[in-house]
Amino acid sequence: MRRIIIALIVVGVAFGLYLTQPRSLPDGFASDSPADTEAGALAFAAAGCASCHTSPEDDADGPPVLAGGQAFASDFGTFYAPNISSDSTTGIGGWSLDEFARAVTLGVSPKGQHYYPAFPYAAYQHMTEQDVANLFAYMQTLPDDATPSRAHDVGFPFNIRRGLGLWKVAFIPDDYVMAADTETLERGRYLVEGLGHCAECHTPRNALGGLDRNRWMAGAPNPSGKGTIPNITPEALDWSEGDLVEYFNSGFTPEYDSAGGKMAEVVENLSRLPEEDRQAIAAYVIGLQAIP
Amino acid sequence: MRPISRSILILVAATFAAPVMSDGHSSAALEAAAKARGASMSLVGYNIGILGNMAKGDAPYDAALATAAAENLLAAASMSRIALYLEGSEQGAVPGSRAKAEIWSDPTGFEEKAVALETAAAAMVTAAGTDLDALRGQMQALGGTCGDCHKAYRGPRN
Repeated sequence: MRRIIIALIVVGVAFGLYLTQPRSLPDGFASDSPADTEAGALAFAAAGCASCHTSPEDDADGPPVLAGGQAFASDFGTFYAPNISSDSTTGIGGWSLDEFARAVTLGVSPKGQHYYPAFPYAAYQHMTEQDVANLFAYMQTLPDDATPSRAHDVGFPFNIRRGLGLWKVAFIPDDYVMAADTETLERGRYLVEGLGHCAECHTPRNALGGLDRNRWMAGAPNPSGKGTIPNITPEALDWSEGDLVEYFNSGFTPEYDSAGGKMAEVVENLSRLPEEDRQAIAAYVIGLQAIP
Repeated sequence: MRPISRSILILVAATFAAPVMSDGHSSAALEAAAKARGASMSLVGYNIGILGNMAKGDAPYDAALATAAAENLLAAASMSRIALYLEGSEQGAVPGSRAKAEIWSDPTGFEEKAVALETAAAAMVTAAGTDLDALRGQMQALGGTCGDCHKAYRGPRN
């Protein structure tokens, strides 16, 4: 009997280790495509990297300094955006493209540790190899900054990063939510569900922080604790495609109020994209399943 | 009267006055200031709406009307902040106010953002009278100044 129990524990631990194992990249990821820094700047804007990774004091025009330091409170603790500037010690200046790709699309650090999902790799998993390479090339052109990353303030048991492997298996399905049947919708889906990671705020979460895909974009409490993030499905939002495109361009709502808070930063990013991308995002939003 | 009892009197008077007075303005004056700010924002929004509806194609382009709207916008945007943003009229202190305390703790930054709107509005006067493409092209810069300021100095609705 005891032998069976021991055997079961061994199998259980092995299975647990297997499940929580940080994944590796498929071979040759992004290696055969020459990088384009201009396209990388667009991917950078679409992915909203600067909105979280600039320092809380940063308000300068000019190239963003990705020194990190912004705090993100959650039910599990407070996360601090790390330094991802081109500094080779404090930032990601010493990383290889493969290390960068593994971090962004799989949420695994160069040391093989799971990142916390405050980093929206659940969305970035959809990023094309070309965009990853372009993004990496662009980010290397940005300024370096020597500010060290601040450690997250997360208590037991969430401070055991290995456990995040299970979280990933449970809550990061690798398929898209919307079935896109046109090229425009496909592009919109890539920008919304992928780079833009809109669901991270607009979709509610379960008790363990996983996105509730049955209430996709139906609104959620504001993670900052103040107010709510609105439902943007057609059930709650009756903006026309033109209204949406204008909002993404200038931040003006149909009532000509303007976006504020974090959404003002999103609009700042979206306004840098080509008009067709804003139209694609608008088409996606209008195509969302209506949820009360 | 001895100086010490005078200061006590002043203290007592100040304590009683506190519910009505804040930084020298009565609560009625602070509420009126917040209301006037809301009204000036309505004017800004109304005139941008005329321009925006043309930009979106929801209304036909009309150079004269567009120019008039842009001039109104510039006038509304150019109103002095000194009279409108009375200290003590921030969100929480005055009903209906969404002004963040940072407006008064960082007056230089706030003034910069306000001037940015004036500059963008002045550019819109020119753009609006030129043609629809020019008007459309200026919407982003204009909206950017609204968002920039609201991001830093406007509190949440709820």
